[in-house]
Amino acid sequence: MSVIVDGATRLCVSGITGREGTFHTLNNRTYGTQVVAGVTPGKGGQDVEGIPVFDTFREAVAASEANTAMVFVPPAFAADSILEAADAGITTIIAITEGIPAHDELRVFTQLRRLDAVRLIGPNCPGVLSPGKANVGIIPAAFFSEGNVGVVSRSGTLTYQVGNELAQRGLGNSSIVGIGGDPVPGSSFVDIIALFEADPETELIVMAGEIGGRAEEDAAEYISAHVTKPVVAYIAGFTAPPGKTMGHAGAIVSGSQGTAAAKAAALEAHGVKVGRTPTEVADLVTEIAGK
Amino acid sequence: MDLLEYQGKQLLARHGIPVPAGRVAGTSQDAAAAANAIGYPCAIKAQVQIGGRGKLGGIKIANDELQAREYASAILGMDIRGLTVHEVWVEGASQIAAEYYASIVFDRAAKAPLVLLSTRGGMDIEQVAAESPEAIASLHVDPLLGFQPYHGRRLAYAAGVDADVARAIGSFLAALYETFVAEEAMLVEVNPLVITPEREVRALDAKVTLDDNALYRHPENASLRDLSSEDPQERMAKERHLTYVKLDGDIGILGNGAGLVMSTLDVVAQHGGAPANFLDAGGGAKADAITAAVEVILSNTKVRAVLFNIFGGITRCDEVARGLIEAFEQIKPSVPFVVRLDGTNGAEGRALLEAAELPNVHAAATMDEAAERVVELAR
Repeated sequence: MSVIVDGATRLCVSGITGREGTFHTLNNRTYGTQVVAGVTPGKGGQDVEGIPVFDTFREAVAASEANTAMVFVPPAFAADSILEAADAGITTIIAITEGIPAHDELRVFTQLRRLDAVRLIGPNCPGVLSPGKANVGIIPAAFFSEGNVGVVSRSGTLTYQVGNELAQRGLGNSSIVGIGGDPVPGSSFVDIIALFEADPETELIVMAGEIGGRAEEDAAEYISAHVTKPVVAYIAGFTAPPGKTMGHAGAIVSGSQGTAAAKAAALEAHGVKVGRTPTEVADLVTEIAGK
Repeated sequence: MDLLEYQGKQLLARHGIPVPAGRVAGTSQDAAAAANAIGYPCAIKAQVQIGGRGKLGGIKIANDELQAREYASAILGMDIRGLTVHEVWVEGASQIAAEYYASIVFDRAAKAPLVLLSTRGGMDIEQVAAESPEAIASLHVDPLLGFQPYHGRRLAYAAGVDADVARAIGSFLAALYETFVAEEAMLVEVNPLVITPEREVRALDAKVTLDDNALYRHPENASLRDLSSEDPQERMAKERHLTYVKLDGDIGILGNGAGLVMSTLDVVAQHGGAPANFLDAGGGAKADAITAAVEVILSNTKVRAVLFNIFGGITRCDEVARGLIEAFEQIKPSVPFVVRLDGTNGAEGRALLEAAELPNVHAAATMDEAAERVVELAR
C-alpha cells in the first residue's frame, strides 16, 4: 500500500507539451507511472512520445480513463486547469505550478470542497512519490527507497534532504507527499496524516513544516486525538524575521502568528517529537524504527 | 507587497471609499505647497510601514504654511524604527466624533476572507482582541458568494456602531470587500475608520498588503514603490530574479528550495552564527544564476563568510559548481566559502570544485558540518 499514487494511477498531464511538462512527464513514465494522456488546448491529436494529447480534460478522460491529473501549466492558467480536471471527473489532482494568485487558490479550494470527492495536492509542490509504484511530479526518485515511513512536507528540497538521510540509514518510504508552500494548499498536514494513519504499509510518519499559517498547530491537535502511529516533526524558519516572505508564498510570520517556535511547541505539547535539524529528525526516526 | 498609507488610500478611493483629500511630497517645499492647496489645519504624515508612527513624532498637525514647512522638514529624513522617511502625505485634518476599526484578512486557516469590525478604533487591534474579544465583530465570507448587504448589517449591529451610521458602515464594508477582491489583497485594514461630526464615514489610515503572485494582473500596483523599505541588496536580487531576504548577521547563505534555505539559516544559528541573508537559488538553477547570486550576497559588506548548501533535485550540483567557479573568476571574493553539494550530480560537482582549487573554499560533507565550519570561519 501507499497513499494517493500507486499502480492504479492513470495520469493525465495538463501542460504536457511544455518543456518542463514534457521532461517530467517522461521521467514519471520511466519510473513506471502509467501516463495515459495529456492536455494542451489547440494541440489535440498530437502525441508526446506516444502519449496522446487532447484539447480538453473531458476528451482526455473519455478516451483514456485517467483518474489522476498533474498540472504543469503557468500560474495564470493553473486554477482554470485544476477546475477543468475536477469538472471532467478526475479525483486526484496534483498541481506543481508555483506562483498561482492566492485569490484564485481560494476560489478553487472552495469549489473543490463543494465537490467533495476531489483531492488536490499542491499547488507549488513537488508532487507525490510512492517508491516502487508510481511517481507523479518532480521528486527525484533515486534518493528514496521502498519502506514504511510516510513523509509529508511543505517543502521540496527539505523533503529530499530528510528522505536521503533516512535512506542512508536503511529506512524507506511508503509515500512522500509534498503539500506545497502556498497560503491555500489543497490538502493539509491533517488530510495526509489521516491517509498515512489508515495506510497499513505506513508504520511511522514524518512531517516537515515551516513558518506561516497554522497547519502545523492543527496537525498537532489532530495527531493527539486521532493518530496511533508515531509522528516525528521538523519545522523550518526559527530565524525568519516577522513580515518577510521566505521564498514560499505561504512562509511568512504575520505579527505574532505562524512562528516556528509556536509550531514546535504545539507539536511537542501534543506528544510529537520535534527534531531540531533534518539530521536529528532522521536520528529520531531511526531510534523509533529500532534500526 | 505592503503599501504605504497614501498608496493604500488611493487604492481604497478607486473603489469608492471616502478618504481625506491629500498629496504626497518628498521635500518641505512640496509639502508646504500641498498644504496651501489643501487648506489648514492639515496633517503631515510620515510614509513608513510602521505602526504607532504618531507617537514617534511621525504625524503633526500644521495650522499655517510656516508650520507645514517646519514639520515636513523635521519628518522628512527622520529615522522611525530603522526606516528613513522619504515621503510625507499631506491631507486635510479630519474632525473626529468616533473612531472605529475595519479590516478584511485573508484567513489562511479558514480558507476564506475574514471581515472584522469594532468600535474600538485608533488603537492596536491585537491588544483589543486580547483584552476584550467581544468588542470585535467578525464573519467569514464565502469567496464564491461574495460580500452581501446583510453581512454589513450583521457586522454593524453586532459591533454596536452608532445607529445613525449603521447603513453607511455596511456600505463602507462592502466597498472594502470589493477592494480586497478586485486588487487581490491579503489584507486591507482601516484604523481608524472615523465618523466626523457631520456623521460622515472616512478612512483615516490604510494598511494594504497585496498578493505578490497576483501583481502580473495589476501592473499599476506592481509599479508602486516604497523608498523607505527598499534595501540595495534586495533590489539587486529582484532585478536578477532571485529570492533574497536581507538579515542582520554576517554569514551569507545560498541554498536551493525555500524550506532547505530556512533550515540552513536555523542550523547556522544553532551553531552560534548569524545569517546575513536568505537566498533561494530556486529549482534547476543554472551556473549564471549562481554567479549572480554570489554577487548579490557579497555586495552586503557585512558578510564575513559564505555557506552554499545544495541538495540537488532538479538542480544539478555540477551547474552550481560551475557557477561558483565563474563567480570566483569574475569577483575574486576575499571571504571564505564553505560548500556542501549533495544530491543530483553531487560527485561531479564536488570533483569540479576540487579540480578548480579555488582559494579559501572548503568542502563539507553534511549540512551540520558545513554550518559548524562556516561559523568558525566567520569569527
